[in-house]
Amino acid sequence: MTLIMPVLGLLAIGVVQLVSAIIEPPEVETTTIGYVDEIGGFNQYTTQGPIELVRYDTQDDATAAMLKADVPEYFVISTPYTSMGVINRYTMEKQLETPPGTSAAIKRFLTSNVLSGKVPQETIDLVEAPLRLMTTRLTETGAVATEQGGFGNLLVPGIFSLLLALSLNFFASYMVQGLGEEKESRLIEVLLSSVTTRQLLVGKVLGLGVAGLVQVVVWLVSAPLLLNLASSTFGGFFSTIQIPGNFIFLGIIYFVLGYLLFAALSAGVGAISPNAREGQQLSLIYSMFAIVPLWFSSLLMMFPKSPIWTVLTIFPVTAPVEAMLRLGVSDIPAWELATSIVVLGLSIIGVLFISIKVFRIYLLMYGKRPGLGEIIHNIRNQ
Amino acid sequence: MQAVEVSHVVKSFADKVAVDDLSFSVAEGELFGLIGPNGAGKTTTIRMMMDILKPDSGEVTILGEKFGETARNKLGYLPEERGLYKKLRVIDTIIYLASLKGMDRRSVEAKADELLEKTGMSYVKSKKIEEMSRGMGQIIQFIVTIIHDPQLVILDEPFSGLDPVNTELLKEMCLDLKNQGKALILSAHQMNQVEELCDRILMVNNGRAVLYGDLAEIKSRYQSNAVLLDFKGELGDVPGIAGKRQHRGYVELLLDGKTTPQQLLEQLVSRGIIIKRFEMATPSLNEIFLKEVGKNKK
Repeated sequence: MTLIMPVLGLLAIGVVQLVSAIIEPPEVETTTIGYVDEIGGFNQYTTQGPIELVRYDTQDDATAAMLKADVPEYFVISTPYTSMGVINRYTMEKQLETPPGTSAAIKRFLTSNVLSGKVPQETIDLVEAPLRLMTTRLTETGAVATEQGGFGNLLVPGIFSLLLALSLNFFASYMVQGLGEEKESRLIEVLLSSVTTRQLLVGKVLGLGVAGLVQVVVWLVSAPLLLNLASSTFGGFFSTIQIPGNFIFLGIIYFVLGYLLFAALSAGVGAISPNAREGQQLSLIYSMFAIVPLWFSSLLMMFPKSPIWTVLTIFPVTAPVEAMLRLGVSDIPAWELATSIVVLGLSIIGVLFISIKVFRIYLLMYGKRPGLGEIIHNIRNQ
Repeated sequence: MQAVEVSHVVKSFADKVAVDDLSFSVAEGELFGLIGPNGAGKTTTIRMMMDILKPDSGEVTILGEKFGETARNKLGYLPEERGLYKKLRVIDTIIYLASLKGMDRRSVEAKADELLEKTGMSYVKSKKIEEMSRGMGQIIQFIVTIIHDPQLVILDEPFSGLDPVNTELLKEMCLDLKNQGKALILSAHQMNQVEELCDRILMVNNGRAVLYGDLAEIKSRYQSNAVLLDFKGELGDVPGIAGKRQHRGYVELLLDGKTTPQQLLEQLVSRGIIIKRFEMATPSLNEIFLKEVGKNKK
């Protein structure tokens, strides 16, 4: 998985480049729409992008043309238009609403004809496209910020949060399965004759933490290279993609801490589970939390200031993925990041401490899985 | 220095006392038998010796010190339930498990070659564990147990599931280790194996020591006042005999308490009876085991 993602990205760029070289861009299809001008004066601007407007003298002529399939639809400009802006449109297709392209073309046609001769062409153009909002983000000193936000800023953190959620699930399941198999085959006793329970558990957790570190470093190194390649190859949206400034640093921290937490949780679950299958079922409970921030990602984009995101950033099992996602959407206050990292670190220590105890008690117990009450009782009595 | 010193060890699980005030020691160069029925507390005792479980009270000393990293690397353990990484090759399994005992790769490979050769398993070196039979896997696990040249070897049911050829091979290797001055603890159900290999034994039942000491001495304690006789000729009425039991191939003569075996032998020789076998009737370890365990069950 570590190397597959950059390789897949590279392949995707190569494939798109190859396909675009082979296949010619499709020609824009021109559509003809009929109209009946009962008021008069609507005879200019009949070409609106890919839509060609054809005038008919009467509504009967327009209907006949539609029935002969010369035009798929037509509209009538009659008296109510000048007072109320009402236009009647006729079509044989069943539609939920007027297609936006058609609606925009008719609107531009009407506006242009109404204003024609009364105001300069520049004014007509401005009325048709009155706003192109260009936002520039400034820093506290008033200078233009290097990180301008927008969807280009969201892409990399979004992809990384998705990959982190998938990786955490994969590795948690992998660890529980590995421990379950070692328990089932009783190999665990051989291991425990060579290392202490603490060494075994810490070794497994650190091993997974290092795996996380290697993975995130490979991805973070390959991401800018791929983006540069995509930007120079495709341009457009790809040239707007930015990696947030603190993303690399925080990405590494959250990846590693996330792996350590999930590894420690998985070690405890693996120890109390009588076999790999039951362990994997149990691991779903906390693995699911890694996915939660992704479920609510669209809400995060709409309401980035909601306190819910603060809670998810500080809650240890959702923190790694939520923090990554938020880095792409908005700024995270420093105190939130600091609290989140401290809580995550303390949670890892706490879970590791409990897992070592659970490990020691249950690693050599086979058979039925103990209940929560029994586990707490045994930890207290140890 | 004793290889193992267990002193008044107690271990309970929930409301069950698994090991109850158990004390014993194992000397260096000794093959020691740990026997007892299922659930007697043998495995719990072994796990406490391995520091896998902590005793509730009492003390365990291994090779003259409390269990630590050094002791751990001087110890080899073959658990009762056996398993290895199925997808791993034999040589990789040996290298990994030996590295946990502090061995470097080069010395593991050299020693692995030697032991695989000795056990006639060189041809499986590159095979995956899942491709081997249970017995072959067991030999590999035995190799893993002794590859780091441990001073103390604990074998929990080492012969179960092995064919007679591999059983003999393992026995020979155990005796080799003993001759090298290693201490071996053998936990087994097959009493004949224990009887054949061990110098001293500890029999546990319900977590407590039932019998402990030199095997020959224990057996002599259970010796009945009888002799086993295989002979040619007419036995007739022999003075000093309180009873006779006929077995296949020999007869068991119960002495009356006043006559010694020596006097009986003299009488038989004087009567011209050709004696093929004359020995004191000593119960087997299996009989002693059944007697002791049965007594506790009652």
